Amino acid sequence: MMKIAIIDYGLGNLRSVFRGIEKAGACPVITHDPEEIQSADGIILPGVGAFSEGMGRLSPIRQCLLSVAGEVPLLGICLGMQMLMDESEEHGNHQGLSLIPGNVRKFQPEPEMKVPHMGWNTIHHAMPDDPLLFGIPDESYFYFVHSYYVSCPAAYRLCETGYIVPYASAVKRGLIYGVQFHPEKSGDVGLLLLKNFIGIC
Amino acid sequence: MRHIILVMALTRRIIPCLDLKDGRVVKGTHFEDLRDAGDPVELAARYNEQGADEVVFLDITASKEKRKTIVELISRAADQLFLPLTVGGGINTTADITAILRAGADKVSMNTAAVQNPKIISEGAAAFGTQCIVLAMDVRRNYIPQDGTTEISLPDGSSCWYEVVTHGGSRPTGIDAILWAKEAEERGAGEILLTSMETDGTKEGFDIPITEAVASATNIPVVASGGVGTLEHFYEGFVTGKADACLAASVFHFGELTIRDVKEYLATRGVPVRL
Repeated sequence: MMKIAIIDYGLGNLRSVFRGIEKAGACPVITHDPEEIQSADGIILPGVGAFSEGMGRLSPIRQCLLSVAGEVPLLGICLGMQMLMDESEEHGNHQGLSLIPGNVRKFQPEPEMKVPHMGWNTIHHAMPDDPLLFGIPDESYFYFVHSYYVSCPAAYRLCETGYIVPYASAVKRGLIYGVQFHPEKSGDVGLLLLKNFIGIC
Repeated sequence: MRHIILVMALTRRIIPCLDLKDGRVVKGTHFEDLRDAGDPVELAARYNEQGADEVVFLDITASKEKRKTIVELISRAADQLFLPLTVGGGINTTADITAILRAGADKVSMNTAAVQNPKIISEGAAAFGTQCIVLAMDVRRNYIPQDGTTEISLPDGSSCWYEVVTHGGSRPTGIDAILWAKEAEERGAGEILLTSMETDGTKEGFDIPITEAVASATNIPVVASGGVGTLEHFYEGFVTGKADACLAASVFHFGELTIRDVKEYLATRGVPVRL
């Protein structure tokens, strides 16, 4: 059975991701141990909370992540996706992991457009043939909760969503993936995405 | 054009609320075929099948010792539901928030605790992110003018201000609802769950004037609660009240409406919903 390392850096709710991976047919391990991360078949970088705090807490395993990313499939979820990018403007400018080119910007509220972007929204497949999206219809609904969004070159945009601005709701560079929405909170279609990720591992 | 179409896609949310005591649903339900109608996870799973966008658990357990049960319950719900889960009731400290979130909840809502100690909102938002912190606000109409309050016009031509009440609606605080909503937003609340004591339990519709006023005064999502009885009431909550989500309990529990009924109706009236 595939072993999937769920990176624990002390932030957020890992339980739903853990159960989602189990339900999708792999063996999840919640860990921050570099050896365990290196021996996994796939890595999930979850995350809820502020960018700088997330990066700070990630620093002990930063080198380990950078060395395995690209060889072992990696999926960043929500803040975990944002941390894959070059830089974020959340509470000042902060460096990310620079695994995918792009940066993280704040939504500017508009009338009747609340921030955070919270609720179910659709994803448009920018790379329809990607294995992460197998069986997931274009314009499917996923659950989003975020106040910052990823802006990146079109070459890395796996999915797009529109809220205030059109932005990258999923990114991909080789075996490195990131999703802004929460597959572990998006019902059956979310579980299918996790299953597809395990299929890539 | 594409931009506009995409921007319209965020759906309005329909949220069933389950009142819990000692880990059991306290109001009856119409799901007679449930193995155990008092089990909140089983009931929540039914609402999930009907297309609920989130589930709210409101814990009304009185004693502190029994509050462990809610943590176990959330763990079980999170293991089975894969749906956003908000938990409210009896959350007073950041340690309480940590326990609830670690068990698998996505958001915590705070009412009396936030009024008594507004710092809990800022501390919670700083530690876990604004998206986790929901201000639950119970309000009632106050017709006696008071300086520094926000006058709101009512449909019958009269006006009043809305006062925040705590302790399950029993204790008036003298706090203006609009000012409190704005303060909570500044402190880092990511959502407001607004219940009007005027309409709660009446089935005559949401309290639209205060819903619209809070939604317009803040830039965070507002969940309308209290008073829904018909399909039209949901439409009013979203369109006239400008709510981002509508919460209901008894119309769903007693089977008067299903979540799917509500969503199909809203879709025909042009309100974006996830079907």
